[in-house]
Amino acid sequence: MADATFTHTTPRRIWPADAAGPRPRKRFSQRNIIIYSLLAVLALYYLLPLYVMMVTSLKGMPEIALGNIFAPPTEITFEPWVKAWSTVCTGLNCDGLSRGFWNSVKITVPSVFFSIAIASVNGYALSLWRFKGANVFFTILIIGAFIPYQVMIYPMVILLREIGIYGDLSGLVLVHTIFGMPILTLLFRNYFSSVPEELFKAARVDGAGFWAIYFRIMLPMALPILVVAVILQTTAIWNDFLFGVIFSRPTNYPMTVQLNNIVNSVQGVKEYNVNMAATLLSALVPLTIYLISGKLFVRGIAAGAVKG
Amino acid sequence: MQKVCPMLLGLAMAAGPFHAAQAADLEVTHWWTAGAEAAAIRVIAEAFEKTGHNWIDGAIAGAGGVARPLISSRITGGDPMGATQFTHSNAMNELIEAGYIRDVTALADAGGWREVIFPPSLLDSCTSESKLYCVPSNIHSQQWLWLNTSVFLDNGLAVPTNWPEFVAAAPKLRELGIVPLAQGRQAWQQQVTFNVLMVGLGGPETYLRVYRDHDAEFAAGPEVAEVFAAAVHARDMMVGSNVQEWNLAARMVTDGAAAGQIMGDWVQGEFEQAGKVIGTDIACLPGLGVHEYITATGDAFFFPVSSDAGTVEAQDALANVLLSPEVQVEFNRAKGALPVRSDVDISGVSPCMKRGLEILSSGNVIESVNTLVSPDTLGRVTDLVVEFFSDTSFTPEEAQEEFAKIIATAD
Amino acid sequence: MAHTVRPSRLLKNLNAKIAAVPMMLTAVVVFFGFTLWTVIFSFTNSRMLPRSEWVGFEQYERLWSTRRWLVSIENLAIYGFLMLVLSLVLGFLLAALLDQRIRFEDGFRTIFLYPYAVSFIVTGLVWQWLLDPEYGLQKAVRSLGFTSFTLDPLYDPNLVIYGVLIAGLWHGSGLVMCLMLAGLRGIDEDVWKASRVDGIPAWKTYLFIVIPMMRPVLVTTLVLVTAGIIKLYDLIIAQTGGGPGIASEVPAKFVFDAMFVSQNLAQGFAASTMMLVAVIFVIIPWAYLEFGGKKNG
Repeated sequence: MADATFTHTTPRRIWPADAAGPRPRKRFSQRNIIIYSLLAVLALYYLLPLYVMMVTSLKGMPEIALGNIFAPPTEITFEPWVKAWSTVCTGLNCDGLSRGFWNSVKITVPSVFFSIAIASVNGYALSLWRFKGANVFFTILIIGAFIPYQVMIYPMVILLREIGIYGDLSGLVLVHTIFGMPILTLLFRNYFSSVPEELFKAARVDGAGFWAIYFRIMLPMALPILVVAVILQTTAIWNDFLFGVIFSRPTNYPMTVQLNNIVNSVQGVKEYNVNMAATLLSALVPLTIYLISGKLFVRGIAAGAVKG
Repeated sequence: MQKVCPMLLGLAMAAGPFHAAQAADLEVTHWWTAGAEAAAIRVIAEAFEKTGHNWIDGAIAGAGGVARPLISSRITGGDPMGATQFTHSNAMNELIEAGYIRDVTALADAGGWREVIFPPSLLDSCTSESKLYCVPSNIHSQQWLWLNTSVFLDNGLAVPTNWPEFVAAAPKLRELGIVPLAQGRQAWQQQVTFNVLMVGLGGPETYLRVYRDHDAEFAAGPEVAEVFAAAVHARDMMVGSNVQEWNLAARMVTDGAAAGQIMGDWVQGEFEQAGKVIGTDIACLPGLGVHEYITATGDAFFFPVSSDAGTVEAQDALANVLLSPEVQVEFNRAKGALPVRSDVDISGVSPCMKRGLEILSSGNVIESVNTLVSPDTLGRVTDLVVEFFSDTSFTPEEAQEEFAKIIATAD
Repeated sequence: MAHTVRPSRLLKNLNAKIAAVPMMLTAVVVFFGFTLWTVIFSFTNSRMLPRSEWVGFEQYERLWSTRRWLVSIENLAIYGFLMLVLSLVLGFLLAALLDQRIRFEDGFRTIFLYPYAVSFIVTGLVWQWLLDPEYGLQKAVRSLGFTSFTLDPLYDPNLVIYGVLIAGLWHGSGLVMCLMLAGLRGIDEDVWKASRVDGIPAWKTYLFIVIPMMRPVLVTTLVLVTAGIIKLYDLIIAQTGGGPGIASEVPAKFVFDAMFVSQNLAQGFAASTMMLVAVIFVIIPWAYLEFGGKKNG
């Protein structure tokens, strides 16, 4: 994770070793002490929930009943994890979160692909091939980002029913593609708007058409923003609850819905440790993505979202 | 010979009473996810699988409020499940009117359901234009106050025999650090509590004039004012009960953290799972020990219309399984409910259920609020009650005024 | 970056138009058409299924006399305002701190950003547990000897929305930080040099020079945060369920419950139309300025 391994050039300044901010400064100045202690206190707020989830998921129930949530487990057990993954019940289905995991994969992969494919073309057309009325559609789309989903759910159910894909995976993919469009299109539009005009003009002069420029020039250039889009969409779709509940049947339920089901089907006592393990399991995929590619995400945001 | 035998076997299977020509998958949605409920649904699932079909369990956690919308939107969305649990209510009527639900009159005639199902009102409530649209599975009544007897006896208190005695004992219980009334904070549970107070303390006349006749003037009058006054007692008594789920509230009672709970008779399953004996460890007061009237509605299964022959056959099989005497006994014992057949052995039921049966036979039966008013009206009443029970600054007079307004436009 | 629209033939940009068909369909059919459909049916008495029996403004009259709706609106206003302000302030503070050429920047950034990766369901559940008086922070602090310490916002009708806010901020401020940091890094080095030469204190430079220069980032951030606020639903479901009582109800939940639990579609449509009206008042002027009025990005 050393900074030196990144030699990226898109942002105007080299990132982040040459970070900005007021300077100069000394190592152990009073100012630094304030900065680090502020950061530490804030980090505590962000880390606390993760820490509590971790330690609780490794404790047995008796220890949870007696002890302090912040105390590390006296006796580490992985049983809650095993149970959450493979045996915890909702009704008669006692196969834990494992089924939901694969459902989420089946939902997320095609949804991410289609929503990004369409939105990137939108952004490209909107920024470089402006045609009359394009802005009207785009404005509607952006306003659409603010419309509460509830407004559109019912007609959506009717539409999917008429097409005949209500409850199918393909229906859910369509829904994610549609509702992911505004923000993604905005991202790509902003990004492509910042592409040097000369590049585009030169390609036109060479006789390259709409698709040729898109695939040969723009798409390869769009890598930073593609990364952002993939990360944003993967987490958004993986974490979606509302659409998963409404547009799929129980056998296709994504992990979030199953998690909510598991946590809310209390049989006997509330098994906090299993619930915490289930919670962590359902968050594992997006967390991993952020941990691995967080830096790319930040950089992509810098390259794309910043330009208005 | 070797070729003939499998064919004969196949013939024999096809001819058998339950064995379908081909096994079909039947997805059954329900919201029975608490411990005893899950055990009960397993009884049905296992009996159903013996007919050669596959049970695809579609459990939806979070009680009817969460499950009902999902179920109805899937039916209207053209992706119906094979069968679904639902409570008797007006909620289903629009689906039936729109032709989404299968008419099972023929099955009922063939199985002679009308002769065995008791009380007959169970069938009436899902009959529309003299056609039957559901299969009742069990009877539940809501109007019960459950008391942990040892909480009282161990502390030198008499076990209350009615609501006023319970209210009188509340301050003593508080001194001992015991929450008098356990209450799950989910909206539907608070609605149950309120309407149990309405029936138990107001009596059936009050209840019916409000919910059946929608008499707004009466709803603003002194009889209903008494109900709201009792609701204030209940509100004070439930302070300290911060659980959400009803079975966790039941757990407070069995643990002795709380003295009593107002809840439907399905809560018995949870008491029994905690090792309590209904009737001795846990006392029950139907109608809060004042007006001993109970509702006799329960759960039923509905079958969305299907064009697939295999599914239809599996639906038939499930309908017959639900009403078979063995399943009725075993399922309802696990669930803590009363069977819908009058001709089955009920010797295993708890003393409280026997009381319930006596009340049923004596005719002290009232219609459920679910069938008296629309889900919309009930939703508004629920919102009001939920706010009232959580906000101590909400005076009973104010609440009653709001209540009367709702009743004035009820449907 | 202007690509001036030359006087065009109909077939000009044909490929672009074809490529934009999915977008046009989405904009016109879904965002416009569906919304219009919902608005129209809010003037009917549809219950479980849509019916075209007109009742005028009846649904709206009833809506505005419903206590739960008023509580929902109030909650969204409180949550929305505080979330917007606090997440911007907190996000900017975090970004500014990270921009001080500190050590372990990657580590800190990951810590601040990771909550954004988890779902609202997870966020709600975790903070419900942490704020549970018999189990979470309150118990932990009391066990240290502070026996009168009270932290149970989720059980206090007056405080519950702030309990939700704590969770919402935890979840969303990392993304704001990320955007702000990107904005700060986009500020030219010379700006800092110049302000140092002039002896302007750092905080003044931030406030009066840097922040105004970050307008595009601020706009993007505002869009993302606002869009999230209006849709507040999952978090409430997982953390409070709308309770205690109706103290943490929000409009999106009101709509959902009206449509699917009370099976009064028209009432839900009326409520969602009101949400839409509020959104339009805020958004239209902004969207026009940002995207409609000028021809370049």
